[in-house]
Amino acid sequence: MPQERRTLIRWLLGGGFTASIASFIYPAVRFMNPPDIPEASVNEVSAGKVQDLKPNAGKIVRFGSRPALLVRVADDQWRAFSAVCTHLNCTVQYRDSTHQIWCACHNGTYDLNGHVVSGPPPAALEEYAVRVRGDEVVISRKA
Amino acid sequence: MPGTGNPQSVKGWFEERLGLASARELLAHKTVPVHSATMWYYFGGITLFLFVIQVLTGMLLLLYYRPSPTEAYESVQFIMTRVQFGWLVRSIHSWSANLMILAAFIHMFSVVFLHAYRRPRELTWLSGIALLGLALAFGFSGYLLPWNTISYFATKVGTDMAAAVPVVGQSLARFLRGGNDVGGATLTRFFGFHVAVLPGITTLMLLVHLAMVQKHGMSSPPWIRGSNRPQMKFFPNFFLRELMAWYAALGVLGSLAAIFPWELGEKADPFISAPAGIRPEWYFLAPFYTLKLIPSHVWKIEGELLGLFGFGLLALWWVALPFWASDRAGMARTKLVTGAGVALLAYLATFSALGYWR
Repeated sequence: MPQERRTLIRWLLGGGFTASIASFIYPAVRFMNPPDIPEASVNEVSAGKVQDLKPNAGKIVRFGSRPALLVRVADDQWRAFSAVCTHLNCTVQYRDSTHQIWCACHNGTYDLNGHVVSGPPPAALEEYAVRVRGDEVVISRKA
Repeated sequence: MPGTGNPQSVKGWFEERLGLASARELLAHKTVPVHSATMWYYFGGITLFLFVIQVLTGMLLLLYYRPSPTEAYESVQFIMTRVQFGWLVRSIHSWSANLMILAAFIHMFSVVFLHAYRRPRELTWLSGIALLGLALAFGFSGYLLPWNTISYFATKVGTDMAAAVPVVGQSLARFLRGGNDVGGATLTRFFGFHVAVLPGITTLMLLVHLAMVQKHGMSSPPWIRGSNRPQMKFFPNFFLRELMAWYAALGVLGSLAAIFPWELGEKADPFISAPAGIRPEWYFLAPFYTLKLIPSHVWKIEGELLGLFGFGLLALWWVALPFWASDRAGMARTKLVTGAGVALLAYLATFSALGYWR
């Protein structure tokens, strides 16, 4: 019957149109999703010479593609943490006046064990192990 | 249909092809209500004017800007120091972005306090809110382009907030960053959003908004009643006044851009700490300060997630304003809406000020 034919054609045209739109959108959405680029897993980095950092001072060093914070608490006392604030991803810094680690973005503070002291950070900083090899400071991921 | 003018003249030639008579007819009948709050009608036009300035100065900046982490900062530095009037063009682009967002906020609050969102203007409100969201997205994406320290950390924070959205957060953050972290891929992506994606969507949304304004005309506040309300002709009376407002906006913009040139700051370095005193642009200060105040955990919920949830609810409530602005019987809740507007304005003003000074 003509009415049935018309309905069938409407479905075919509508379905074809929807399918063609979907065939444009799907690759576009997949294209916008960035591909996974595997990063070389870094477990240990050299953080410079012992004499480069005075006691009660900190500096940011590269730990693979991410920043790490190395703190020389006293002559032979070192600490290292991931420098990425657990709140909103800013990079933290060592404050020699308060002997704490501070994030300038939202005023979060951590102690020298990486634990949250105040402010909005929800978790502690990841702590790294520090060894002194001769006059070189080495930071490594804890086992 | 043949035109009404002489087809031998230039005017008549265009008349025959474009049918300008109907546009003139439309303009001749378009009127604007005249009352004590008429001045607030100019802010929509001022926002549009500043958007046009954005487009024009943006096109000029595109001639020199290079969107890569190794070249972006240097190319903006080049524009500001070597290109003739480069400092002025960039300063006008940055200042007009800020003034445009300010004008859009004033326009939005004037719509609220004059109750212009009422039926049948719900779609005008929704398209306007979408345009405000797009303006903020322009601000956020454009902020990263000079690739300086402040913009780098602002983008880290902004995209990490997206990561806190339940279920889709991580994918959303990866989509925005173009990878797991803010880097070169983010800069390229934000550049694409800023100069292609957002302008395209904004143009469409702007057409919808203007078509809605044209269809429904200017709304009169509910306290102005009666059939014999004073009106002025849109053209030339209102149009010439609007033109004067644009001149005033241009004067303010030019003065600000020349007297307070927009600074470039330090080049972004992913391996330095966020500097003390870091804060976002003024229009993101209120959520920024709110996030500072929320503790790490409230009961068992992470503070960041709670903040995001709160902002989401607030935005949803505000977007839906025309739909809760009247009760089921259709009676307008003007006092409730005015109160909500005052409360939101007070929150934004207070928290922005605290975010700036503390």
